Amino acid sequence: MALTLQVNGKARSVQADAETPLLYALRNDLGLVGSRYGCGSGLCGACMVIVDGKPVQSCDVPVSAVVGKEITTVEALGSNDALHPLQQAFIDEQAAQCGYCASGILMAAKVLLDANPDPDDAAIRSALEGNLCRCGTHGRILRAIKNAAKTMRGI
Amino acid sequence: MAQTNEVAARKLPGSLETNRRLDRWLKINSDGTVTVTPGKVEIGQGILTALVQIVAEELDIDVARIRLAPATTAYSPDEGITSGSRSIQDSGLALRHAAAEVRGLLLEEAARKLDVTLEQLTVTDGVVSARSGGSVPYWELATPELLARESSVDVSAKMPAEHVVVGTSLSRVDIPGKVTGKPSYVQDMKLPGMLHGRVSRPPGPRARLKSLNAKEVEQMPGVVAVVRDGSFLGVVAEREEQAIRAERRLARIAEWTQGEDLPNNDPRNLLKLKAETEVISEKGDASVKGTQQLKAEYTKPYIAHASLAPSCAIAHWVSDAKSGAKVRIWTHSQGIYPLRGDMAQVLGLPESDIVITHAEGAGCYGHNAADDVTLDAVLLARAVPGKPVRLQWMREDEFGWEPFSSPMVMHMSAALDDKGSIVNWGHELWSHAHSTRPGGKGGVNLLAAWHLEKPFPAAKPGNPPLPGGGSHRNAIPLYEFPNQKVTNHLIRESPLRTSALRALGGFANAFAIECFMDELAEAAGADPVEFRLRHLKDARAKAVIEKVVKMAKWQPNEKGDGERGRGVSFARYKNLAAYIAVIAEVRVEEEVRVTRLWGAVDVGQAINPDGVLNQIEGGMIQSASMALKERIDFDSVGVTTRTWNEYPILSFVEVPEIEVALINRPEAPPVGAGEGTQGPVAAAIGNAIYNALGARLRDMPFTRDRIVAALST
Repeated sequence: MALTLQVNGKARSVQADAETPLLYALRNDLGLVGSRYGCGSGLCGACMVIVDGKPVQSCDVPVSAVVGKEITTVEALGSNDALHPLQQAFIDEQAAQCGYCASGILMAAKVLLDANPDPDDAAIRSALEGNLCRCGTHGRILRAIKNAAKTMRGI
Repeated sequence: MAQTNEVAARKLPGSLETNRRLDRWLKINSDGTVTVTPGKVEIGQGILTALVQIVAEELDIDVARIRLAPATTAYSPDEGITSGSRSIQDSGLALRHAAAEVRGLLLEEAARKLDVTLEQLTVTDGVVSARSGGSVPYWELATPELLARESSVDVSAKMPAEHVVVGTSLSRVDIPGKVTGKPSYVQDMKLPGMLHGRVSRPPGPRARLKSLNAKEVEQMPGVVAVVRDGSFLGVVAEREEQAIRAERRLARIAEWTQGEDLPNNDPRNLLKLKAETEVISEKGDASVKGTQQLKAEYTKPYIAHASLAPSCAIAHWVSDAKSGAKVRIWTHSQGIYPLRGDMAQVLGLPESDIVITHAEGAGCYGHNAADDVTLDAVLLARAVPGKPVRLQWMREDEFGWEPFSSPMVMHMSAALDDKGSIVNWGHELWSHAHSTRPGGKGGVNLLAAWHLEKPFPAAKPGNPPLPGGGSHRNAIPLYEFPNQKVTNHLIRESPLRTSALRALGGFANAFAIECFMDELAEAAGADPVEFRLRHLKDARAKAVIEKVVKMAKWQPNEKGDGERGRGVSFARYKNLAAYIAVIAEVRVEEEVRVTRLWGAVDVGQAINPDGVLNQIEGGMIQSASMALKERIDFDSVGVTTRTWNEYPILSFVEVPEIEVALINRPEAPPVGAGEGTQGPVAAAIGNAIYNALGARLRDMPFTRDRIVAALST
């Protein structure tokens, strides 16, 4: 069946069953592969996107549940020519090893900074409670988010 | 004459010895770029960036001119497996030598063209200039013939003091794409007409398929094929979610025989099994006698690589291949050539019919399911010739079927003399194998191959030999004792398949040695730092310990307060690579929290210092996670740990603050950094818990139950 999703500011049509997890519609129908499969049960955050301003694990949400809602993926966070301060900070801090967790973490961090422009260490850690990183780049990621927050506050 | 023979006998550095042609490594392109074709692969460790630095350095070109070609059996040098923190030694040193030689060849060409002597020439970003005037770029000098030759032994690479690119923290080449959501992994590849596959595994390793009526699955929406070969069962569908649904139905309707019960999950089972026993180190001085004896038993359970991305591969069975390869494969395997060898056996094809190309996956930390999923994808693709099939394992498949790190038991014993020094040291270890990668002799090391109607037996599980070692890695202490005996009991067969995970046996051996050193220090009434230094002669070993003591402001004989405590540890990875000293701070509340970790590290010459730090920091967090939380569980049928709920890893809320200092030694050979922290961090945490509570935890993971039990005894 045809469903219309509002993704990254555009109306996109998807031919998929209502129960199809949002993740597969994004990756396989819309070519937005920055959101990634990690567990299929909302436990790791690799597939995290923003739906109506909230972080959502897209592997665990049927596509029919997000019709009419505003979906944002990492592809809309910034581009190579105009990086979002979070992306720039991740590059500056070299806050990745394999990087598979990075896009989900960037989305969680964006939701945090949109709501709280000056989060302390505990607030950042707790905002990332739903995101796993297996390479152990946590320290760099926490630093990068702190630095991005500073940049966004104009410091 | 004697001299010539000596030169001929000398080896080329790293993998150049077995892949001698220069044009297998480098190509100078007419458009002003240089293509580098290493056989080692990126697994999140930043190796490709370090290799770019090495080539740019020796060729005197800007790093932006370098293009990295993916490793492929179509043209890349065979560098075996990307493992053991050996890529800098194998690939880095080969490329350093090859690039230096190519530079020399280009300079000779330039001298001829410009009609000057070599001494007249300088190079700036690939442009060769003569002092007397005149210049010519590499791209006009290079011809395919120039590099179509074997490398020669007598090549001088630059001296460390001349380095301008090596030794700097060049930004990783792959990170911008990864933070902007670009296709970066094999998981993200999309080929025209691509279908999606899933596999349906038995309930456990000994279970076999009894019956299946696949008709209702074949009729499900989007299903293109149900593939059954013996107990190998899978499905191909048009859409990914259709393949997943069909697999779930398969799992529901398939009937399996259970097979013989698995034993219970206690590492101490190892002690009862038939072992190959070998004394790997023995020395004696009967004149030195101890006055105080100590012994202790340490264990580690099965643990998982637990890669964040379940393994994935794409296979394309070319239907109309009159010439050329019949099977094209994209995989995040760490060893494309060994994988091709095993694959050829299963498919009954010559190796030349199979082209395997590497595409990045998530960090794997050793032998995970990368190779297994590749054969799965090929078996599914064979059923739908002409259509590429992408298969990503589900999270439950990855936890249930990846090869695990072996459980281990270490029996430590020692004697102290009346001055409190160790005069006798004993270390006996029991372990399954740590190496069952593809490429083993006399069998096929790919999961699906064992489930086929005509199964292929697995190769005999391997144990890499010393000095690097496998189960016995880091079992011989670096400390100097007058009497010592180290014994390796290898039990090759394992209820659950075991293979390489970071540091192999070094994780558990260094853990046991370093915790036992603390037990002995206490018995000797000595400070654990002073006690270690007293038994070490190696100056680089002492230097990292002294450094970490300074960083953490360790106080001699410092004691914990019943809640907070700190512990120290040290190891030299494989006894021949990175020196690492660690101090851990813990706080024991409901659970053990590791609040801070300090590390001091000497990897010789650091090609990319920030890359080394990133590897060390990551290894420290991963090791802390393993020591505190991780264990694979199974029942009589199969693995019961299937999701992150049952296999928690350290979270953002729980990770410690980390401070790492690098002792850079540009004059010493560069060694890898990825694995060396595994044992030392676990030991430092164990020592810190004892320091805090006075309770010694000798079984990993250090769970709440075990703390309660240790406190009550």
